[in-house]
Amino acid sequence: MSSSDLFNISTFAYIAAMVAYIAYLVFRKNGIGYTATGITILGFLGQTAAIIVRWQESFVQWMRFSPDTSFLLAISRSAPLRNLYESLVFFIWSMIVIYLVIEFVYKNRSLGAFVTPIAGLALAFIEMSGMSKDISPLVPALQSNWLIAHVLISFFGYGAFGVSYATANMHLILETDDKKSPSYLFWAVTFAAFIWCIFIMLAKLSLYPPVMGADGREIPVQPPVSFWIGGAVVYAVLLGLVWRLGLSLKKVFRFFALSTDILDDITYKAIAVGFPLLSLGIITGAIWADSAWGTYWSWDPKETWSLITWFVYALYLHSRLMRGWKGRKTAVLALIGFISVIFTYLGVNLLLSGLHSYGGG
Amino acid sequence: MTTQKNLSLPDRIWKFFASVTLAIILIAALALTSIVGTIIEQNAGYEKNIKVLSTFVGEGLAPAAYRIFDAMGFMNMYHSWWFLTLLSLFALNLTICSIDRLPRIWKLVTDPMIPLKENVLRNLAIRKEFTVSASLETAQSATEQVLKGHGFAFNTAPEDGGGTQVFGQKGGYSRLGVYVVHGSILVIFVGSIIGGIFGFKGGLNLPEGATSDVVYLYGSGSQVPLGFEVKCNWYETEFYGSSDQPKLFKSELSVIENGQEILRKWIRVNDPLVYKGVTFYQSSYGPISSPEDGYFVFTANTPGVENETIWAKKNQPFQIPGTDIFATVVDFSPALGTNRQTGQLYTYTSSMNNPAVKMVFTREGKETLKPGWIWKRWPQTGKLTDEITLDFTHYWGAQFTGLQVRKDPGVWLVYLGCTLMSIALFVAFFMSHRKVWVRIESDRKQTRVLLGASASKNRHSFEKAVDKMVSELTVKSEGGNS
Repeated sequence: MSSSDLFNISTFAYIAAMVAYIAYLVFRKNGIGYTATGITILGFLGQTAAIIVRWQESFVQWMRFSPDTSFLLAISRSAPLRNLYESLVFFIWSMIVIYLVIEFVYKNRSLGAFVTPIAGLALAFIEMSGMSKDISPLVPALQSNWLIAHVLISFFGYGAFGVSYATANMHLILETDDKKSPSYLFWAVTFAAFIWCIFIMLAKLSLYPPVMGADGREIPVQPPVSFWIGGAVVYAVLLGLVWRLGLSLKKVFRFFALSTDILDDITYKAIAVGFPLLSLGIITGAIWADSAWGTYWSWDPKETWSLITWFVYALYLHSRLMRGWKGRKTAVLALIGFISVIFTYLGVNLLLSGLHSYGGG
Repeated sequence: MTTQKNLSLPDRIWKFFASVTLAIILIAALALTSIVGTIIEQNAGYEKNIKVLSTFVGEGLAPAAYRIFDAMGFMNMYHSWWFLTLLSLFALNLTICSIDRLPRIWKLVTDPMIPLKENVLRNLAIRKEFTVSASLETAQSATEQVLKGHGFAFNTAPEDGGGTQVFGQKGGYSRLGVYVVHGSILVIFVGSIIGGIFGFKGGLNLPEGATSDVVYLYGSGSQVPLGFEVKCNWYETEFYGSSDQPKLFKSELSVIENGQEILRKWIRVNDPLVYKGVTFYQSSYGPISSPEDGYFVFTANTPGVENETIWAKKNQPFQIPGTDIFATVVDFSPALGTNRQTGQLYTYTSSMNNPAVKMVFTREGKETLKPGWIWKRWPQTGKLTDEITLDFTHYWGAQFTGLQVRKDPGVWLVYLGCTLMSIALFVAFFMSHRKVWVRIESDRKQTRVLLGASASKNRHSFEKAVDKMVSELTVKSEGGNS
C-alpha cells in the first residue's frame, strides 16, 4: 500500500472516530466509547504506517544518492520532516499521540469528539490542497541530527499546545452566558481566525503554489489583492457562524460532564508539557543554526516568533502559579499562546515572507 | 501592605524589582515590541521597509512612518538602546526576584521535618487511614521499609499516646528547579554579552588557491586580522543525481602560521573548522568573474597509464600520457545543457552546475579524433576511444568558497545555560517535593495507621504513589505477621 492510501485510511478513521465519540457522548454506552478509541487507534496506526512507508521511500532515495552512508545516518537523513506537507502530517500525528495519552490518564473521552475531527479534516485538506508531496532531497543545511531533534521536539510541543488550545476554548465557552461579553467575542474572533488561517493557507498553497528558486529554496508567491478581499469575506462569514453557534456548544459540553476545573487542569498540564518542549525546541534549533552558520541566535522572524510564543506561555505560567490567576484570564492567555504557535509555524512563512523582499520574487 | 509606607527607599526599590508584576509587564513588553521587529525587516535599508510600511499605512504616509520608526530605532530594534534596556531590566528583575525568594525556598528544602499532630495530619490534602493485623513494631518496620523503597529519607519519633510516627520526604531540591531555570537565562545572557564584546562575526570569500589573514566584519565591512592565514585548497559541489540541486558543498582549508601548514581539513555545511577560537563555516560558493588563472584538471587512463592527473590551461595543448595525441581546451561552459527543442547546446546558468570543456585533438599537427565537449558530471563523455579516457574532473581556481567566520568566547556559556535550562525545566515541571507522615498506634490486637502526605505539585500522581505505598505497607506488615 502506498503512503497516500494509508493516509486516506487514517483520514476516514479519524472522521469515523469523531462520529463514534459523538455517539458515545449521546448514548453513554461504554461499548461505543471503546469503539471510538479503537477507531482512533486504528487511524493512528494507519498514519504511523504511512509515515513509515514515506520514510522508507526517502531512505531508498537517500541510499541511491549516497550509497556509502551508514544505516543510522541514512535513517536520520531520510526522516520525513522536510517540508510543509510532512511537518503538517507529523503535527497531526503528535496531536493524536497527546490526545490518546490524555484520554488514558483522565479516563475521559469527551475531548475526542473535538480532536479527531480536527485531525481528520486537516489530513483531508492537506491531501487535497495540492501542496507538494514530493520526496525532495535535503539541501545541505538541513543535513543535521540537531534539526531532526529540533523538529521532533517542537512538534510534540505544538501538539501539547494544540490540546491546551482546545480545552481553553471549551473553558471560555462554558464560562460565558452573554454573546456580547468580551471573552466570548475574543473566543469567537480567535476561533474563527484559527479556522480561517488553515483555510487561507491551504487556499493560498493550492492556488498560488511556491516556486523553486535557483538555490533550491522555495520562494512563496504573493497572491493578488482580490485573493485577500475574498479571504476577508470568508472570515466575516466564519466569524458570524462561530459567534452565532458558539453558545449552543455549551449545552454539549455540559452534557459531557466537563467542568471548568477539569478543563483548567488539562490546559495547565498540556502547557506544563508543552513549555519545556518548546524551550528544548528553541535550544536545539539554536544549536543547529550554530553548527550550520555559526549564529545561535539572529533575531530572524521565525526565531523571534518562537521566543514571543515562549514569552506568552511564560506569562501564563507566572500569572497562574505566582499571581494565582485562574479561569477566564489564564484561558485567554492560553489562546493567545496557541495563536502565537500557529503564527510561528505558518504565519511567519506565509505572511511575513510575503511582506519581505525575499518573498517578492 | 500596611508596612509598605515605612519601607526605606532601597527596600522599596528592591521590592519593585522583586515583584512578579514587574516580570509580567516586562515579559509582555518584550513580546509585544519583538513583534514589530519581525514585521519591519531588520537592517534592510530604506527601499525595502518603505514597501513594507506602504502595505500598512499607504504610500503617502510611509516615508513619515519610516522616519518615526527609524528615530525610535526600529530598523535595528533588537540592538537599540531601549530594547537592550528592557532586556537588562528583565535580567535585573530575574536576579532580584530569585534572590528575594531563594532564602525562603532554601529553608523549605533544608529544614528538618517534624512529626505532625493528629489534627494537622488529618487536614493534609492526601490522607489514608487503615488498620493492619500486625504488631506496632512490625507495622513500623514495614513502614520504614516501604518509605526507604520509595526513596524517602525518614525519621521516627515516639507519639504521646504510646504510638510512633514515621515521617520522610524526597525531591526537596526540585523546588530549586525554577530558580535554576532563571539562573540559566542569566548564564545565556552573560554568554551572549561576552560573545558580543570579545567576539566577531564576519565573512570571507576565498578563491581556490587564495590565502587570507583577515576577515571582513558583517555590517561595517572592516577588516579583522586573524593572527594566522587560511587558505582554500579546493572547493567542490556535489549534486543529487543528475539534478542541479546541491547535495553537499565542501572546501579543503589549510591553516598556515609562520609559513607552516598547521592544519588541513575538509569543511562542509554543519561541519566547520576551528582554530584558535575562530570557527570557519561553509556558507556559500560562487564563480569568480574572470578566472584567467584557472586550471582544467583531467584524469587520463590510457594503455599503460592509470589515473594520471593533468593540469591544463585554456588554449595550451598538452599531451595525453601514454599516447601521441595532444589535447587542447578551446572553450568552457559552467553549465552546459541541451535545448530540448532545437537540440543545441547552451549555457543555462553562470554558476558551475554542469561544467564542460570543448576539446580539440591533434596528432603530429593534424586534427585527430572528433573535437567535442567533455562534461564533468557525465564521465562517459570523456571516453575518447575504447582505450583512451580523459575525464574532466575539475576547473580549479574558477570558484570561491564563501566562509562565515566567527569568534565567540562566550558560546560555551550559552551552551552551558541551555543545558542547565533543559535539565532544570524537567525538574521544575515533572518532579516535586513530596512529604509523608505515618502515625502508627496500637488498637487492641491490631495496629491503626494514619498516613498523611503532601506534594509541592502534581498531587494526582503522588496520590497514586501513596496508594501503592499503602498496599505495600499492608502486605509487608501482615505478611510478616503470619
